[in-house]
Amino acid sequence: MKILVPIKRVPDTDQRVRVADDMLHVETADMPFVVNPFDAIALEEAIRIREARSGDAEVVVIGVGGEEYEQELRTGLAMGADRACVVRCDTELDPWNVACILQQMVGRESPALVLMGKQAVDDDLGQTGPFLASLLQWPQATFASRIELQGEMLTVGRETDRGIETLTLPLPAVVTVDLRLNEPRYASLPSILKARQKQIEHVDVRELGVEIQPRLQVLKMESVFSQRRCQRVSNVDELLERLKAETKIL
Amino acid sequence: MRILVIAETDGVGLRQGSRSAVQFAREVAAKNGAELQLLVIGYDQRAVAEQVAAYGPVLLADAPTLEHPIAERYATVIAQAANNTHASLICAAATTYAKDVLVRAAGLLGGTMATEVVGHEWSGDKLLLRRPMYAGAVTATVTLSGPFPTVTVRSSAYPAAEPLPAPEPVTAIDVDANLIPVTTQYGGLASKANTRPDVTEARIVVSGGRAFKTTEEFEQYVGALADRLHGAAGTSRVLVDAGIVPNELQVGQTGKIVAPELYIALGISGAVQHLAGMKNSKVIVAINNDPDAPIFEVADYGLVADVREAVPELLDKLA
Ligand SMILES: Cc1cc2nc3c(=O)[nH]c(=O)nc-3n(C[C@H](O)[C@H](O)[C@H](O)COP(=O)(O)OP(=O)(O)OC[C@H]3O[C@@H](n4cnc5c(N)ncnc54)[C@H](O)[C@@H]3O)c2cc1C
Ligand SMILES: Nc1ncnc2c1ncn2[C@@H]1O[C@H](COP(=O)(O)O)[C@@H](O)[C@H]1O
Repeated sequence: MKILVPIKRVPDTDQRVRVADDMLHVETADMPFVVNPFDAIALEEAIRIREARSGDAEVVVIGVGGEEYEQELRTGLAMGADRACVVRCDTELDPWNVACILQQMVGRESPALVLMGKQAVDDDLGQTGPFLASLLQWPQATFASRIELQGEMLTVGRETDRGIETLTLPLPAVVTVDLRLNEPRYASLPSILKARQKQIEHVDVRELGVEIQPRLQVLKMESVFSQRRCQRVSNVDELLERLKAETKIL
Repeated sequence: MRILVIAETDGVGLRQGSRSAVQFAREVAAKNGAELQLLVIGYDQRAVAEQVAAYGPVLLADAPTLEHPIAERYATVIAQAANNTHASLICAAATTYAKDVLVRAAGLLGGTMATEVVGHEWSGDKLLLRRPMYAGAVTATVTLSGPFPTVTVRSSAYPAAEPLPAPEPVTAIDVDANLIPVTTQYGGLASKANTRPDVTEARIVVSGGRAFKTTEEFEQYVGALADRLHGAAGTSRVLVDAGIVPNELQVGQTGKIVAPELYIALGISGAVQHLAGMKNSKVIVAINNDPDAPIFEVADYGLVADVREAVPELLDKLA
């Protein structure tokens, strides 16, 4: 079986992002980038599925974007992906564009399963997975915190606002993953070195015949700063007094 | 012009979050004169739909195959209704329900969507939407162009709409069972019995973080203070990861977004991912034994103390 894992390159979540002077992007100079944390979890799960099948699965990581994607795709190879492919595209993409491109890549690769992040932590949109599933007319399970594969059937535990929901769905399917699914492994030094030697496949987006029509356009970005001035109180009595005097809540 | 609000119901009536989506729809309609309709989907939901009709005219898609919110099925119904009503805007509250069902529907309709909207403005006839990015470090102003613009709104950003003076009609719409994909099967919902209100719906939220080591301890301090204040109990990701607290209580970028009148953070450091879920609360109180904890930067009142001492004292003095 083949598992496709789309991975997005995002600023390191420990970094403070700042809006650039053009007010349309964030400052990227000196910004360390990582594999979107949810996508690392998706990849870990794909590798575990392969391991559970004694290696009888192929895991392919795909990134859609510029040349710089090679770095995150190598991280994916070092973690254990079998192949990596970058779909080269220099125009800005929204989730609809990415989903349309991934749809074409699914057509080329014919995976049984697409495992991806529930959201990218840069745009925080969470749209690409269900968009792709709708384009493929495949069943979907979002926010997976448990995945069991039995033959051609998946049983997925989903994290919803009201508790854990269970779905059973047939392959092929699109599954988006949540944080508690697993703890992604660190790549070992030998596997990092080995990943450096591996070939990364390149596909030019123009080969795929996808028309890039932006649906969601960012007009302006602004940094958000806390307006609050913290008043330190020295004990519980003072806290209660102030809360009662200055707010009408208690 | 028609605005279609996807109603999320709780077996009785409209959920609080959906009332915020109605409010957003009403504000948009007040500007562009659109007609508002609510779509209720489910099985045996006539009585619920009658309740929802307090907020506007209801379209009811009622069929056995729609008993559970399975994305493929619900998205098909939503896309059909959007097509049939020529919806100019589709919206819902930004809950895990909409993030699953409505995003797929938007995909079927051509992929014109913005999630987690916290504000809107007009540029002539054009609707501009504000939404957070980068765990709330950035606010973006965005615009949608394409068929069937679709939006989810944060209920923390729009007040809950008031019911109309008199209920509107409920109209059943045909559900063609042949067109509904039925491959996915529903296997149930496991939720820990929670006697407290949901974090997104409470006036007061008391949240506990890594300072608490066990479920019993969480209950003894966080749960007890929440109960004393008739509020909800919330938490940070670490306690959910550790299995100490169920995930429905997680506040943050990947959990729930809350904006209560009072948020009390107990032993929570204030990571950006947590702040993303609570920093718009009206009043924020932080209790932490580390005077340099970043949570103090977003708090209105800060107390440097051990929560194991401060909380019992609070319980005592609030009695
Ligand atoms: C992609 C991604 C998404 C995430 N999403 C979320 C999310 O949605 N929600 C979320 O919360 N986190 C999220 N996180 C995790 C987040 O980065 C932090 O790790 C987490 O919020 C920390 O939880 P905490 O504050 O409880 O624990 P810690 O950071 O360990 O802080 C514990 C605090 O308690 C204080 N303390 C300890 N003992 C006591 C005591 N006895 N009395 C008083 N104070 C005490 C300490 O001084 C410390 O400040 C996410 C992370 C990533 C990478
Ligand atoms: N440019 C991209 N390349 C590869 N995968 C992507 C890209 N953008 C989004 N994705 C995938 O889609 C998921 C959700 O992204 P989003 O809809 O932007 O929140 C991510 O977690 C990735 O798995």
